[in-house]
Amino acid sequence: MPNTYYTKEHEWVTVDGTSASVGITDFAAHQLGDITFVELPKVGKTVKQFEVLCGIESVKTASDIYAPLSGKVVAVNDALNDTPEVVNASPEESAWMAKLEIADASETSKLMNRDQYLEYLKGL
Amino acid sequence: MEPLKTTPLVDRHRALGALMAPFGGWDMPIQYEGILAEHRACREKSALFDICHMGEFRYEGDIVGGGLENVFTMSVASIPVGRSRYGFLLNERGGIIDDLIVFRLAENEAMIVVNAATAPNDFAVIGSRLPGSARFEDISAATGKLDLQGPLSRDVLMSLIGREITSLPYFRFIETTVMGSPAIVSRTGYTGELGYEIFLPAEKTAELWDALLAYPSVKPAGLGARDLLRLEVGYSLYGNDLDEKVTPLEAGLDAFVNFDKAFVGKEALLAQRAAGLPRAKVAFKVGSRRSPRHYYEIWSGEARVGTVTSGAFSPMLGCGMGLGLVDPASAAPGAALTIRHGSLVMEATVCSLPFYAGGSLRA
Repeated sequence: MPNTYYTKEHEWVTVDGTSASVGITDFAAHQLGDITFVELPKVGKTVKQFEVLCGIESVKTASDIYAPLSGKVVAVNDALNDTPEVVNASPEESAWMAKLEIADASETSKLMNRDQYLEYLKGL
Repeated sequence: MEPLKTTPLVDRHRALGALMAPFGGWDMPIQYEGILAEHRACREKSALFDICHMGEFRYEGDIVGGGLENVFTMSVASIPVGRSRYGFLLNERGGIIDDLIVFRLAENEAMIVVNAATAPNDFAVIGSRLPGSARFEDISAATGKLDLQGPLSRDVLMSLIGREITSLPYFRFIETTVMGSPAIVSRTGYTGELGYEIFLPAEKTAELWDALLAYPSVKPAGLGARDLLRLEVGYSLYGNDLDEKVTPLEAGLDAFVNFDKAFVGKEALLAQRAAGLPRAKVAFKVGSRRSPRHYYEIWSGEARVGTVTSGAFSPMLGCGMGLGLVDPASAAPGAALTIRHGSLVMEATVCSLPFYAGGSLRA
């Protein structure tokens, strides 16, 4: 049964067994405005929890996307190369950016569940 | 810090859900629905901009025999009544205090339209250069300004204001009546599209805003879209591409400097031209959708040659685009450049302006 967790930097991660999909939240996509470019990570890249995973640019600004969990990038969403606007249209469904092979499942304890994240947003 | 100034439309912007941000000392709308949608509205239909923050001055006095003629880089004396002209206010070193447009209202009357952030200083500098006999007044607070830009802007204004605007050529204006008040309608703009700038009494601005937005082909657009639109056609932005340390020659805007007459800063420009320019304006396209940004470094091979002054993603080109100031040897069309910012590296190629030439400007 997949579970979705959230970071304070507004990434989401959906964990399914040893695999995790990563994207940015609806809140983040809205804050960034029109997304014009997603710098997808390279397949094979290994990353530690909360390190920079890849980059994203909107008309207004350039930002880093952080890895919610440690692991190895095993797939990226190439569709975002040509249609980065999908991140605005469907940030938490279609616009996953990378799939990770999870290194340490216990790291999810450092993330928020959906209710905790929604509560966190209220405080911003 | 002084509180931000607001235009007569601030409540309208908030009601439309605009994202507001400080710009030149003013609380201005950056976007409403979204920057790309507003950019597209201007390229395809028409977009309405609140430009009340810009400054307007009124001059009454001898224009031909001294007066304004020596204050600016372009010839003001030769502007026919009913036309306007772009140029610069320079310091003694040839640096740009502001870029502006002078409207020749009558033989001895002119309106000067300047940038918002620089307006108070502009007024002081221009005033100090004028003879005592001239009447020079800051009419910014009393003057509202709305820009309607886009291929359908003429149709909209024709039905709202009248047929007289249909025969208006580029950089000409008429004094007419809008919403029952005297107004200036000028065929100018900052977007590369057919468009008009409308000056009217500040208290009438909201009424005109509402009347224009009632047309289905008119969308409100913020400063975010305006910045993309102006950059796609290669127009410089004061504070980014131009400032007091940059001369019009370095900025590649020689066409707006008339060396056949006297003006403050002329000697410095002549000396700079004789000595060779230390740096030159460059336009470049990025080989991806990445946006170069203000202050990113420009490199040629292993040498840092300059700095990005403006940059963005171009919706019309589908790639990043930018303007910068570089060593003149690196500004040749077709030359390869690298844009760097920390670990970020993007390949770019020098190109000519405009980036986007398909606009309806001359329609």
